[in-house]
Amino acid sequence: MLLRTETLQFAHPGQKTLVFPDVKLDSGDSLLILGKSGSGKTTLLNLLAGLLKPSQGSVVLGDVAVSSLTGKELDLFRGKHIGIVFQKPHLIAALTVKQNLELVPFFSKKKEVDIALLLSELGMESKANASVLTLSEGEAQRVSIARALANSPKLILADEPTSSLDDVNTEKVIQLLKQQASKIGAALIIVTHDQRVKAHIPQFIEVQTT
Amino acid sequence: MNLFKISWKYLTFRPLSSGLNIFLLALGLAIITVLLLVQDQFEKKMNQDAAGIDLVVGAKGSPLQLILSSVYQIDFPTGNIKMDEAKRLAQNRLVKKVIPLALGDNVQGFRIVGTNHDYLELYGAEFAEGKAWEEPFEVVIGSEIAQKLKMKLGDEFTGSHGISMGSHDHDQHNFVVSGILAARGNVIDRLVLTSVESVWFTHDEEEGNSDQGEETHSEESHDGAIEEDHHAKFHQPVAKTGFPETEEEREVTSLLLQFRNPMAAIQLPRMINSGTSMQAASPSFEMSRLFELLGVGISVLQGLAVVLIVIAGLGIFIALYNSLKERKYDLAILRALGASPFQLVWLVFMESLLLTFLGAVLGIGLGHLFLALVVSQNEQSVVSAIQPWIFLYQELWIVGYALAVGVIASLIPAWTAYQTSIAKQLTKA
Repeated sequence: MLLRTETLQFAHPGQKTLVFPDVKLDSGDSLLILGKSGSGKTTLLNLLAGLLKPSQGSVVLGDVAVSSLTGKELDLFRGKHIGIVFQKPHLIAALTVKQNLELVPFFSKKKEVDIALLLSELGMESKANASVLTLSEGEAQRVSIARALANSPKLILADEPTSSLDDVNTEKVIQLLKQQASKIGAALIIVTHDQRVKAHIPQFIEVQTT
Repeated sequence: MNLFKISWKYLTFRPLSSGLNIFLLALGLAIITVLLLVQDQFEKKMNQDAAGIDLVVGAKGSPLQLILSSVYQIDFPTGNIKMDEAKRLAQNRLVKKVIPLALGDNVQGFRIVGTNHDYLELYGAEFAEGKAWEEPFEVVIGSEIAQKLKMKLGDEFTGSHGISMGSHDHDQHNFVVSGILAARGNVIDRLVLTSVESVWFTHDEEEGNSDQGEETHSEESHDGAIEEDHHAKFHQPVAKTGFPETEEEREVTSLLLQFRNPMAAIQLPRMINSGTSMQAASPSFEMSRLFELLGVGISVLQGLAVVLIVIAGLGIFIALYNSLKERKYDLAILRALGASPFQLVWLVFMESLLLTFLGAVLGIGLGHLFLALVVSQNEQSVVSAIQPWIFLYQELWIVGYALAVGVIASLIPAWTAYQTSIAKQLTKA
């Protein structure tokens, strides 16, 4: 078992406590987290990534309790073992495509990252030295996926990665995520309400407001 | 990839805004650099040129003017004094040494100073070539003059009346260069030194000539007499110390005095100012008075520089703060990639420090460049004695100030960066 959560609970200030179903996932598995808007599915993702601290319960990745790490340890653990794809690409505009990816080994202190290979697998090698401002939405999202994958994480988390993409790009992005995740043997969790995604990944859990 | 490179990329991502902030800061620091250099060199120069002169005695008038004209050779003299009176003063037991000065002519803006060999000694003059004057109309020129007017030993030239350029020439008798001084970095670099007699004789001819014009009827006999008289006079050795020998009633411009003992400092000035038609002025007193007067102007400039630096600091703060608003996502992404809050703080500081460091370097460069320009535009004035490319260790302080401005300007943005919450920023949880 790679990822295991137990009785996770979280309360946003001034709101009622969210109770999440337990998540259990092996390496190489994929999982969708579904739910209505405001149901707390993104909160669950944040808890899994260690971006938020649960008020109760625990998140264990491999043999490390993510939910009990703090400060620098947590930052570094996240940098090394978790790759996150956000709703928007959020690439750093001042840097080129390649430099954006080079941030990963610097901050995660993982040196053995082959950026050139990664770019060629994404079909982006010709844009390596282009400014990220010149990329299309789909290209930018692919670069952000490359960024999440660059440190060969154990767990890939994607927060509605396709919500602003057209059908063709959605297809590409989902295929890319699945392929790369299985290639590096990472578990893949996608938060979405996008029907196009459901067609590709059968397993899901639903977060419900109680 | 490293933090330095990232902040550099951010800096160059907005060349206009970064450039303007750097330039603004540089302007403020340039003013401070100029003030620093001018103040340092002026003070040094002022002290250097006045060293060994306890008192200056000259015609009544402004004491400051007397000091400026006789010690620093910049202002016009206050007038002349009778040599008899000067000689009487020299015999006072409180006076150790007297150096007479006779001013009034120039060579292309460089002053001709009639004096004796003590003056050379006073400033520790050394000869690059040749030797001191022995006869009337032999001159010793300062290194700067030799360089700028391209004069060599044995060259002849005529002086012009007045102490600045543009008056009529004394073309009756040429001066001959008998020696060229080595550069000393003090006032004598810009002087043509000769005997008091040379200055007298130049002006005698002048008068002789105008006599000639008025009394044309006696022209021939008169002329011959003068000619003969000159020949004898012009080849007598001149006085090398003390006052020149003469039976005529002569004048000098001023006297540089050295005291024999501390009592003289109290008694002599009062005695001269009340008991004679001359006035006495102390270089150190007058210069401190001058600096007091200039102090206001310097304070205003310093104030302006501080205002500019504060504005630059504000500019950097605003630029950082605004860009940080747009960059909240970037910061959150970096955190998500494993950056610690401290690394983000460093990133913000680094950017601002880079900005201010560049501003400081540019500012110091601009300051020196500005001085160099001013100096090259005023070759013959006292400004030209300033060395624009001397670097003072105080300039390191300027870099220090600039970096401090950078740190202060980035405190709030850095705090914002430190507090960036990835969850809030990126996932709208």
